[in-house]
Amino acid sequence: MSPRRKGERFSDAPLEGPLLEVHDVITHFKTARGLVRAVDGVSFSLERGKTLGIVGESGSGKSVLSKSIMGLLPKRNVVRGGSIKFEGREIGSATQKEMQHYWGTEMSMVFQDPMTALNPVMRVGKQITESLRYHLDVSRQYAQDTALTLLESVGIPEPQRRLREYSFQLSGGMRQRVMLAIALACGPKMLFADEPTTALDVTVQAQILDLLQAQQRDRFMAMILVTHDLGVVAGRADDIAVMYAGRIVEKAPARALFTQMRHPYTEALMKSIPKLALPSHTRLESIAGRPPDLVNPPRGCSFAPRCPYAQQRCRDEEPKLEPVGTEGHEFACFYPVGTPEGADALATNQAATNQAPTNHAAGAPTSGTI
Amino acid sequence: MTLEGGVALSATFPDPSGAAAPAGLEVSPRKKLGFGGWFALVWLALVILCAVLGSILPGVSSFNTTFLDAASSKPLTHGHILGVDDNGHDTLSMLVVGARASLEVAFGAVAAGILLGGSLGLIAGYYKGVVDLLISTVFDVMLAVPALILALALVSFLRGDPQKTHWPAEVVLIIALGIVSTPVLGRITRASALTWSQREFVMAARAQGAKNFRIMWREVLPNVLPALFSIALLSVGIVIVAEGGLSLLGVGIPFDQKPSWGNMIALFGQSNLRDAPYLVFAPIICLFLTVLSLNLLGDVVRARFDVRESSV
Repeated sequence: MSPRRKGERFSDAPLEGPLLEVHDVITHFKTARGLVRAVDGVSFSLERGKTLGIVGESGSGKSVLSKSIMGLLPKRNVVRGGSIKFEGREIGSATQKEMQHYWGTEMSMVFQDPMTALNPVMRVGKQITESLRYHLDVSRQYAQDTALTLLESVGIPEPQRRLREYSFQLSGGMRQRVMLAIALACGPKMLFADEPTTALDVTVQAQILDLLQAQQRDRFMAMILVTHDLGVVAGRADDIAVMYAGRIVEKAPARALFTQMRHPYTEALMKSIPKLALPSHTRLESIAGRPPDLVNPPRGCSFAPRCPYAQQRCRDEEPKLEPVGTEGHEFACFYPVGTPEGADALATNQAATNQAPTNHAAGAPTSGTI
Repeated sequence: MTLEGGVALSATFPDPSGAAAPAGLEVSPRKKLGFGGWFALVWLALVILCAVLGSILPGVSSFNTTFLDAASSKPLTHGHILGVDDNGHDTLSMLVVGARASLEVAFGAVAAGILLGGSLGLIAGYYKGVVDLLISTVFDVMLAVPALILALALVSFLRGDPQKTHWPAEVVLIIALGIVSTPVLGRITRASALTWSQREFVMAARAQGAKNFRIMWREVLPNVLPALFSIALLSVGIVIVAEGGLSLLGVGIPFDQKPSWGNMIALFGQSNLRDAPYLVFAPIICLFLTVLSLNLLGDVVRARFDVRESSV
């Protein structure tokens, strides 16, 4: 296949409508233990130039979701379903060959660990110019100049020298900046940032996040920011989706999510952020138990075994993600936080706990770890 | 109080990082060649020089020159440091001239093995699945046949009718031993390619739209090469010995066409071991030192390239 020219990129793509529409996406892995439902029916849409934060703890399927949308998962032993539309075109069932039109030029990804996501035996400059030369069919000199500008724009001092260096000569934050430069090289319309700061020093995390945000705004890119930390997406994402056990349990514009969260899991995540205002040696809040086994998810709401609000109904019936209240706010819960029903449910559970404290304390975590 | 303590502490124990040379400039002990490394380099340079220049070297008589007056003289006789064989060929000259045939076969066969085994192993390790199963099975089948028997069979097949041989003996040996070394080199490459293909930078390259061939060639192969090279150096030693083994069985390079270390050992070992052991031991020692040097060099190469991995 001949390399595509720059002009072809915007050929027949409609400019109105959301950039990415994901409907009921399913990603299951066939393992020896059974089918792992890593992503189990996720829907959302993302406008051009907007940022969606996907938050959830380890194993909630958030990384798998982004790799699944990009089509980067292996074909073998993976069951994919649902529809993924990029600029109105279905890419959910595209082959690797078809996806090569999108990778790099339309969508690209910043990986979690810059230590392993850079080739140790290729110069940094080469890694940036490679996709430029390939996708945009530009001259060697032009690619070099672009790489230099890119490195400058991601805040790398002495970019001329860094171009000639190898990844192991750079610090962690520097490597993540290089990763970002590589991802941005061909001007993608959409950027997946898969826990971009998890492997970094706390001191450079904020810098990298600010850089991501600045680049996203400058280039009018859509971005999906995957993280386990609500603090990371706060103030950076336009919308936030909270994932649990392969599903979105609450989705809202960022402000609405923080001011009027409805799902008990969101509340629990929020509570588990340590607060500076609290006196030292305050016990940190944590969520009891562990995420459910994705091979045999519990009946009913998957968060029920760990939920302080859970009632019998939660264990029998599965709540649906429904739009309620504020525009764009959806959540899946029968007894939402901050409503009379939720308050009643919490009161009932607390009363039961007070009567038989040992029973509840022992019961909740174990039922979560089945 | 604390300030003074701190100052006193830093005065007694100067910061080692401040005193030492900046990281990267100092040579770690593992990077030094050491005696073994130097010995290997010097010996191999000497052998390769002999192989390249051959009878051009001063004092080396060409193989066809005979010294009938000095036939079967002992070592250290005038003009013949390592003696002369029954037919009046100078032993040292034979060693020098023989180095070329031995090295030609050894490096040629390993190069063929790297080309064939390396590319098959890379494909198997990168694509996995059915492709891997197919290629690995072929390797396993080849490894199941004893190497020398496989080489013997291949040589006799490739040589065809001895009356009208169309290929020189070296070419036949290179192809045969290249095929024999293919599964060994291929499996190493496959194992290394398997682990490197799992690395995130391969997925990152894919997410940038790189095609399979490009990823194999640009991302996986450069990372596989160090492992492949250190094994290849060892294989060169093994192939030199194998060439000697084939000569012993009578299918190597014929001695009357061209001496090689292998056919010298084979010929003199059969006819002159009792009366002139130096004729046999001279090529044996050369062979031993060369194989040893290649092993030592292989270790040095591995140690050098492993530094990058461990320091990441």
